[in-house]
Amino acid sequence: MLLNEMLLLGAVLFCIGVYGVLARRNGVLVLMSIELILNAVNINLIAFGAFHDNVMGQIFALFVITVAAAEVGIGLAIVLLLYRNRRSIDLDQVDLMKG
Amino acid sequence: MLSASIAAAETAGKAVAASGWFLENAWLIWLFPAVSFLLILLFGKRFPRGGSEIGIAAVGASFVFGLITAIQWISEVEGAGGNGAEGEYALGAGGLAAAEGEASGGVGALTRSITWLTNGAEAIGAGIMIDGLAVMMIFVVTVVSLLVHIYSTDYVAGDRRYTHFFAFLSLFTASMLFFVTASTTIQMLVGWELVGVCSFVLIGHWWEEKDNSDAALKAFFTNRVGDMGIIIGVSILFFGAGTFDVIGVNEAAINGSMSHTVTLAAALCLTAAVMSKSGQFFLHTWLPDAMAGPTPVSALIHAATMVVAGIFMVARLYGVFFEGYAIGGSSINTLALIGGMTTLVGATLAFVQNDIKRVLAYSTVSQLGYMVMALGVGAWTAALFHLFTHAFFKACLFLGSGSVSHAVHSFDMKKDMGGLRKAMPHTYRTFMIGTVALAGLPILSGFWSKDEILVGTGGWGLFGGTGGNGAYTVMLAMGMITAALTGAYMTRVVYLTFFGEFRGHGTPHESGPRITVPLWILGSLAVVAGFINFPAGFQLVPASWEEKFLQWVEPVGVSYFPSIAHATPSWTLAIVSVIVALIGIGAAYYYYFVKVRAVSPVATELPDGPTSRSAVARLGHRILVNKYYLDWLYTTVIVGFVKGPLARAAYWTNQNVIDRVVNEAGIRSVQAGNIVYHKVDQLVVDGIVNATGKISDSSGEELRRIQTGKVQQYAAIMFAAATILAGIFIIVI
Repeated sequence: MLLNEMLLLGAVLFCIGVYGVLARRNGVLVLMSIELILNAVNINLIAFGAFHDNVMGQIFALFVITVAAAEVGIGLAIVLLLYRNRRSIDLDQVDLMKG
Repeated sequence: MLSASIAAAETAGKAVAASGWFLENAWLIWLFPAVSFLLILLFGKRFPRGGSEIGIAAVGASFVFGLITAIQWISEVEGAGGNGAEGEYALGAGGLAAAEGEASGGVGALTRSITWLTNGAEAIGAGIMIDGLAVMMIFVVTVVSLLVHIYSTDYVAGDRRYTHFFAFLSLFTASMLFFVTASTTIQMLVGWELVGVCSFVLIGHWWEEKDNSDAALKAFFTNRVGDMGIIIGVSILFFGAGTFDVIGVNEAAINGSMSHTVTLAAALCLTAAVMSKSGQFFLHTWLPDAMAGPTPVSALIHAATMVVAGIFMVARLYGVFFEGYAIGGSSINTLALIGGMTTLVGATLAFVQNDIKRVLAYSTVSQLGYMVMALGVGAWTAALFHLFTHAFFKACLFLGSGSVSHAVHSFDMKKDMGGLRKAMPHTYRTFMIGTVALAGLPILSGFWSKDEILVGTGGWGLFGGTGGNGAYTVMLAMGMITAALTGAYMTRVVYLTFFGEFRGHGTPHESGPRITVPLWILGSLAVVAGFINFPAGFQLVPASWEEKFLQWVEPVGVSYFPSIAHATPSWTLAIVSVIVALIGIGAAYYYYFVKVRAVSPVATELPDGPTSRSAVARLGHRILVNKYYLDWLYTTVIVGFVKGPLARAAYWTNQNVIDRVVNEAGIRSVQAGNIVYHKVDQLVVDGIVNATGKISDSSGEELRRIQTGKVQQYAAIMFAAATILAGIFIIVI
């Protein structure tokens, strides 16, 4: 069973995703990084599902994909509005909440 | 729910496909007006007719459904060969748990219920219980309600709370229908309280006048007294029978699994409820005052439907009452006694009222007493038959009095009425039909039902054995006296209202068709309603016409209904009761139509009448005018007794104890306050507050720096924290 390899792949994807979320300044790329994180989770779910011979893992993964699609839809809409209002999608400039 | 009712309304137009569909879905009957209540309340004002059309449509739909339900029920009963075969119903699908009315010999009630709520191990159901009794009540409620709705569109036209009025008429109709189709005692309790609320709201419809809001409060509070009875009674029945199911409760009472003491206690508590809701002596005092409400309300709620809720409850839980009071045993029981007293008290009080509606209200009290008395002597069918006929002729009389007051703008017979016979021919004729029916003269409906009650007392057995549940001779006598009194006071009303010369102002005119048509419909029903229950062995009609009502309504051979004996009707009793009624009418006729009229056409009483000649008559008159001093007893004696000494004691305590304590406490408080202010407040509290502020301020300055507003920094902090927490988690575990 390739469980270890699968989990390693998941971990690597997750780390790339986290890096993207934290370091990229482009809003669209941040969203894509979030997708990476979610897919890392999906890989884990399916890997464990296959390991335990349980279909629940795949079902959960399907749900995650569905929710991720919805989330990207909203996220892109936010980025679009951001662009319309500021002519930029640089997240560093979005600091209205600065204390 | 709404879509369900719409779908049902669509099928209403088509022919009835499956036998029993309407029986099984009888909950729609109360759903229509319930939805209509919400619609009128929310959107009524936007409709061209102020929401009244919604109410009429909803009640009309209920009426149609009720009628089809009745027809289906009758065909079930007839198809079962009267009381021979059994009614078997399949389990309902779609999560509806169906319980079967135990069918052993007769047609059992159809019950459908869902689990409403589960409390511990006890599941409380809610549903419908459809049998002859429920079907009959649905018919009465929807017919009278529909006619009252139509009548009201004219009667309260232009009222400032027109929409509100129709909303509550709808709610009342829904509550009453919910009550009569209830399959559990809890549901009955809910319906019972709901109709009480509607009654309160509608009595106080014109609450700007203090009299009206007082009357509404009086009705509400008097009913609360009895409502305690039903709450306790239902609880006792639950602990005795272990179920809230109407059928289960009745069965437990009848087969003896509930001890007699428990049954009796429950019956007594429920009787208290009947006394308040159905205006039985000595809690009847609210009912005449309830006439402060608009007349259609008086007709619908305080004559035809709501006040018979108590009668219905006794009829529904008859197993409990029959066993609890041992009605089969012919000893005078509480129920029969209360009914008998009420019927006399109501009839006598009706003589001294000048307000036409109050006369009718006392008449209602008296007739309700008849019904309770009939239930008390075991004449179950007679009581409900009287309920059925009474609903029509009393609603007719009330709406007639409303029509009169619409014309003369008053309810005072002595001051503002008289001679209206020619001005208002339709009102006059329908009122006369109602009067004759109420007085119990053949062949109108009141005669058949009243006579059946008199027969049912079995008291006639004294003069040659007619059976029944025992010889209640006292009740027979009370009923006979009331028959005479009823004829007499109604003759007085008719003379004062329609004969002699007009004593009011202006020229009265007949009301419009929206008032007279309902009057005529009710008048016709008052004529023919009695024909559905010709007594057994009545020689003038074919045998197949006899006792239809009994056959359709009375459950026979089912386990939830006690086996009651039926008295044999007797020609002599019928003739005697008619003669008695004629004597009453004749006496009043002689007094008003001959002697009073001879004085002057506008006279309302004799100048040298019995009250001015005889001290006894004066005393009697004074007692009657003061309504047997019951109101005085309640407000002055009971409330006063509780209030007076209690108030004085409270005042003394107030002055000498509480005030001193308060004063002392005040002085000490001031002293203590000064110390506290200088030492504690200024030094300690203020110091703490200031220190807190300063610390918050400086820490806020520091924390401000990490509040960059950049999402990614927040995310980095979050990830870092999550990583650290995960590390701690792994190490600790």
